Amino acid sequence: MQPFTYARPATVAETVALLQEHGPEARLLAGGTDLIIRLRDGSVRPTVVVDVKRVAELDPAIRTIDGRLRIGATTVMTDIIADEVVRWQFPALAEAAAVVGSVQIRNRATLAGNICNASPAADTAPALLVYGAEVIVAGIEGERRIPIDALFVRSGLTTLARGEMLTAIDLPLPTRRTGSVHLRRTRRRGHDLASVTLCCSVDEAGTTRIAYGSVGPRPVLVVDESGVLADPDSSSEATAAVFERLFADALPSPRSMRASPEYRLAMLRVLGDRARRTALDRLAGR
Amino acid sequence: MTAIVELIPIEVTVNGRQRTLSVASHHTLLDVLRDDLQLTGAKECCLVGECGACTVSLNGRIVDSCLVLAVEADGGQVTTAEGLASDGRLNPLQEAFLEKGAVQCGFCIPGQVVAAQDLLARTPQPTVAEIQEGLAGNLCRCGCYEQITDAVLAAAGEAER
Repeated sequence: MQPFTYARPATVAETVALLQEHGPEARLLAGGTDLIIRLRDGSVRPTVVVDVKRVAELDPAIRTIDGRLRIGATTVMTDIIADEVVRWQFPALAEAAAVVGSVQIRNRATLAGNICNASPAADTAPALLVYGAEVIVAGIEGERRIPIDALFVRSGLTTLARGEMLTAIDLPLPTRRTGSVHLRRTRRRGHDLASVTLCCSVDEAGTTRIAYGSVGPRPVLVVDESGVLADPDSSSEATAAVFERLFADALPSPRSMRASPEYRLAMLRVLGDRARRTALDRLAGR
Repeated sequence: MTAIVELIPIEVTVNGRQRTLSVASHHTLLDVLRDDLQLTGAKECCLVGECGACTVSLNGRIVDSCLVLAVEADGGQVTTAEGLASDGRLNPLQEAFLEKGAVQCGFCIPGQVVAAQDLLARTPQPTVAEIQEGLAGNLCRCGCYEQITDAVLAAAGEAER
């Protein structure tokens, strides 16, 4: 690993000032489960590594504020999985966090890091898309909010500007009864990256939201307002037709080692169908 | 141009003993445990957080020490496999690993026992599925998974009695 200057700012303002000063030469360090691998293999060579874990405003507690659940930038997967509100209101996020890496990885990896790396295979991204999360971003000119769908560009790239950092993720508490689930396919059970990752929610008003990842350059959110997917009695022909429309833009990479494009497209439909059924069961309280 | 490597003072408690160290910014907790403190239980292996051979406990949670900078552990409490035994005696989990023949080449075992100890602390009576999930981040190239699972079950049973 190449040497760098280690900075441990105490405030968001200091962190943002460091990012502003060093630009692309600076990298933020939260859990480090991706960054340290990349520092070691030389694929990133920052001159400054900015550790945000002791920034006072980023304390890792999960809290409810004004009808939203707020997850801080240093909150790790283990704490998301254990949080009662997450488990009750956003079960697919708890399920997604629970399949990230291993216990060792989940004890370090943050939700914010998972999002900011903008991997198309990020397990938590589909759940955040389905639940309509917003990220709170601090910059030199103050704070702004970005809907999660407007954050992802492509692998490794977000719409965060130079000098900006993600400080928290907000999830609006559901106002309608909702059933939701996260599913994925991996090459093997246990510690592996997703070949396809998918989240589905169905609410009592008949809206079905599906987000999928690892099937294109970024995770994608699609919405079915027709009521076909939300109706437990819809025929398999009817639902298949909706899935065809929803998944029309899926564009898996032909170069990935983990699975072929054909497999991913086929599994997208399988997971979509399974997730819809489970979401409907959960909505019905079964 | 020669890069000047910055040394950062840190204080860390390792296996109950307070240590004051100067660490390079780019050295990992694993580097410092092995090279500066001669605690060679935690092993350097995959270096990408997949094998778990470098597993240690940091502030009561297991981590891959190859993915933690030493400076991040400043102020923290670290327990390595060496810290599980006391007064030269193995703890019941370590004894169970021997009893069940869970150790073949032994390379992964320090990581396995630290992870298994953490699992038992959170889940004193784990099911086989919980053991498999709890140890999913610890690979064994000898394939002793059955014996390792048996050892954890035996240690849990021992604690029950």
